Amino acid sequence: MKEKPDVLQGTLALMVLKTLDVLGPQHGWGIARRIEQISGDLLAVNQGTLYPLLLKLEHEGSVASEWGASENNRRARFYRLTVTGRKQLQTETRDWNQTAAIIARFFEVKAEDLP
Amino acid sequence: MRFLRRFFIRLSNFTAGRRADQRLQEEMAEHLALQTEENLRAGMPPAEARRQAALKLGAAQAIREHHNAEQGLPLAENLLLDIRYAFRMLLRAPGFSLIVIATMALGVGATTAIYSVIDATLLHPLPYPNPSEIVHIEANLPGVGAHDVGFSIPELKDLQNSGIFQYVSFCFHGSENVTGSAQPTHIDGATVSPSYFAVLGVDAALGRTFDPHDASLGSNGEVIISDGLWKRAFGADPHIVGKSLRLDNDLFQIVGVMPASFRDQGQTSRERGTELWASDGFSDRTPPMRGTRLQYDTIARLQPGLSPQAAQGRLDALIASLKKQYPADYPPQAAWSIHLTPLAETLVGNVRQSLLLLFGAVGLVLLISCVNVANLLLARASARGREMAVRQALGAARMRLVRQLLTESLLLFVLGGITGFAVLFCARKFLLQFVPESLPRLNDISISWGVLAFAIVVSVAAGAIFGLAPAWLTSRLDLTTTLRQEGRGSNGSRKRSRLRHVLVIGELALSLVLLIAAGLLLRSFWDLFKVQLGFNPTRVMAIETTLPNPNDPKTDIYHTATQESVFLREALRRIRTLPGVEETAVSDRAALPLGHGQNDLRQRPLIREGQEEQSSEPPRIDTSIVSPEYFHVLGMTLVRGRLFADQDLEDTPSIAVINQAAARKYWPNQNPVGKRVIIRSRVAKPGWTMIVGVIADARTESLADAGIPQMYFDIYQRPAKFLALYLRGQVDPAAILAQVRTHVQAVDPEIPVFHAETLNDVLSSSLSVRRFSMEMVALFAATALLLAGLGIYGTISFLVNEQSREIAIRFALGAQRRDILRMVLRQGLTLAAAGAGTGLVGALIVSHLMAGLLYGVSPYDLSIFAGVTAVLTAVAIAASYIPALRAMRLDPITTLHAE
Repeated sequence: MKEKPDVLQGTLALMVLKTLDVLGPQHGWGIARRIEQISGDLLAVNQGTLYPLLLKLEHEGSVASEWGASENNRRARFYRLTVTGRKQLQTETRDWNQTAAIIARFFEVKAEDLP
Repeated sequence: MRFLRRFFIRLSNFTAGRRADQRLQEEMAEHLALQTEENLRAGMPPAEARRQAALKLGAAQAIREHHNAEQGLPLAENLLLDIRYAFRMLLRAPGFSLIVIATMALGVGATTAIYSVIDATLLHPLPYPNPSEIVHIEANLPGVGAHDVGFSIPELKDLQNSGIFQYVSFCFHGSENVTGSAQPTHIDGATVSPSYFAVLGVDAALGRTFDPHDASLGSNGEVIISDGLWKRAFGADPHIVGKSLRLDNDLFQIVGVMPASFRDQGQTSRERGTELWASDGFSDRTPPMRGTRLQYDTIARLQPGLSPQAAQGRLDALIASLKKQYPADYPPQAAWSIHLTPLAETLVGNVRQSLLLLFGAVGLVLLISCVNVANLLLARASARGREMAVRQALGAARMRLVRQLLTESLLLFVLGGITGFAVLFCARKFLLQFVPESLPRLNDISISWGVLAFAIVVSVAAGAIFGLAPAWLTSRLDLTTTLRQEGRGSNGSRKRSRLRHVLVIGELALSLVLLIAAGLLLRSFWDLFKVQLGFNPTRVMAIETTLPNPNDPKTDIYHTATQESVFLREALRRIRTLPGVEETAVSDRAALPLGHGQNDLRQRPLIREGQEEQSSEPPRIDTSIVSPEYFHVLGMTLVRGRLFADQDLEDTPSIAVINQAAARKYWPNQNPVGKRVIIRSRVAKPGWTMIVGVIADARTESLADAGIPQMYFDIYQRPAKFLALYLRGQVDPAAILAQVRTHVQAVDPEIPVFHAETLNDVLSSSLSVRRFSMEMVALFAATALLLAGLGIYGTISFLVNEQSREIAIRFALGAQRRDILRMVLRQGLTLAAAGAGTGLVGALIVSHLMAGLLYGVSPYDLSIFAGVTAVLTAVAIAASYIPALRAMRLDPITTLHAE
């Protein structure tokens, strides 16, 4: 069986922010599950990085967290996007799109296209 | 922003010890539960569902560690842990720690002490606003071998109008008799241009300073007094401004009091302690002629923004144009030139070299202490091989171990540095006694925050540099061998022992350099000390006095030599009646041996009959004025002709005595007796002076130079105001001043008598800076030798320990004790030879650099080089002998069993 690749370094934060943006407040497992689902189960989220990352985002002020009740009525910690987080998501999305576009253009170029 | 916010939250979590463990535990439990449910929904059996969920979550401990690291500041946490651990290790080996701390305290303490002196003398700017603008101006006539000849009034005006300076001032540190009060007092005073305080940029605390644009001829009758004099003599009278005081019977008006913090500029502590400043334009006494120069110090404040180099350039251009304008006054052969030096530099003067030498020496001591400590750390590393191996086996990363070891050594170095500083701080009063009083800016020496910062920076830097290599080598070991060998002779030990050898060799080399420097200085000092003086200072006491020197000659009751001789003869006659006094003499202060005293305007143009009568730049010669008994009291011998006699008086022909150096220089291969010269001075009668005698050269001017030409005049022919009385005999130094004062003031109650000193004291204080640097370097060298001895002892002991098995086997195979002794000593000698070889190269470089500080000994003096090398080798052998003895007494059976 082929190992599922871990999430690329640095992109996990962006995925977490986007997930919270789309789904609203979520607990850790929900975020991880959603990222895996969207990637079509091609990615595995390493829990050893997820929880420290959430703490880091919280320290930076991009997300806020509070205790709440989960679907099965258990105590769970819910994370939600703050105003700062939303702004950060916008900038990072723009940056990411730009980078992706540049990379894509490099892939498209063939030898005969060059003057 | 985001980064900062994150940092501060982590910092606050760290300091408050806040942890997020509980929260993470709950989150993970919830995560597991949710995943298990998901797995159940996918159709797994419950046990398998839980197992898969746990697998997917991963190692819980690792997550917790990451999470904790994010919550706080792991670097700081580790540092705290390391420091705590380092303290524990330090307490576990108290002997080792004590030695390391003491060694570093010695090194850092000594370095900091010398630094505090350098900080005060060389690094601290002068205590005036914009000190870099203040320069000292010196005029030289290199063509006729005359230096610092001073300036004439027209030259000073040229300087002032050149646009290069804001203000130009001359200053003349002397002494003043304050009279008119109950007890005539004598204070250190200065005569300065009205612009003096404008040059220094300091204002009065009370009243005002002189008006820098005051153009009055001569004295304007104004004086400024120091805060000290104001409090002492005038009871801090708040209405002092406008009151008058008498100086040598002249009336002066006090216009200002300087702030308490103000110290005058000057090279000696007496000059810096000046208590009274009188303004003087000097113009009335000296006709404003270009060639008639006043030999006073000249200082100036440069235009803002003008560097001394740029100013020098403009000054050179000015000189060139003046030479063209007045060719008669500046003949090309005299090569008149003016040199600017930042004032701070001139004030420190020749002490700079001595201080830098001391700093170099103490730096070497510091280096040797560091090397010694590094060596100890390496020795300890072998003892801790097993600990390091276990830590590595348990998963400690190498960098982590290095960091921890480095923390330990840094802690030791810093504790050592702080101890050294603390000792220095407590002993500062005691230590300052040893600093010679002639050191410039002695009063500014303080153990300040800057000095503390220096001590800490030095210890941290030393700890980082000398702790790193041992830490690196300690943490580098082969796990399996070390653990299997139970820590004995671990694999890294080869590299470590090579490094230890290099360190010991370096230590020996550095000590050799210091020892040779000390040897050379000691030899110079000894040669100077033992030099043939040419005069006899023993049992001679010199006491200073100053006759009134009023500005108006009509009020001067001692104006002519005849007037003065009545007073002098009577005073000397009375002093001779004092118990113990055998002989007396009097001279002007220029004749005070090795005094370099104040009012030292002694270089005068020498015009020889038939030689310089037409020359406008004649050579200059040191002149002094003495009474006939002077030569006998000081034990100077007549070589040719005659000395002064009682019948030589003001109205008999003017005569002079010269020394052999003057005869050699100015009348080579001729008999100077009977030759005639003209030496102009304010008090001299115009006309020829005949040389009647030649005395043997004496080192009255400089201990290092016997051949300085001197010319002496008879005080009963040329009067002098600034006098020194000489008493030969068995007198009580404590009581003599008061006794002499009583007798002098019985003749004239207005005359102050002060500053009694034996000539032997004068002699030893003229050697004081030399003595100080010699003693300090010798002390440092001894310390270095001790440390180097300890270093080689430690290394050889360690080698013997490591080789105990080999030695035991040799014994078992029939080796004699002699062989073992030879083997161990050979190792010590090899190190010593390598160290001495390296050290000799370094010593050659250093001795070449310090040639200027030596007297009478070549910087490559073979006997010193050989002697010092022999001493170092002897110490190395002695230090290796103790471990060698231990090796000889080794019992082969117990040693081999113990393995």
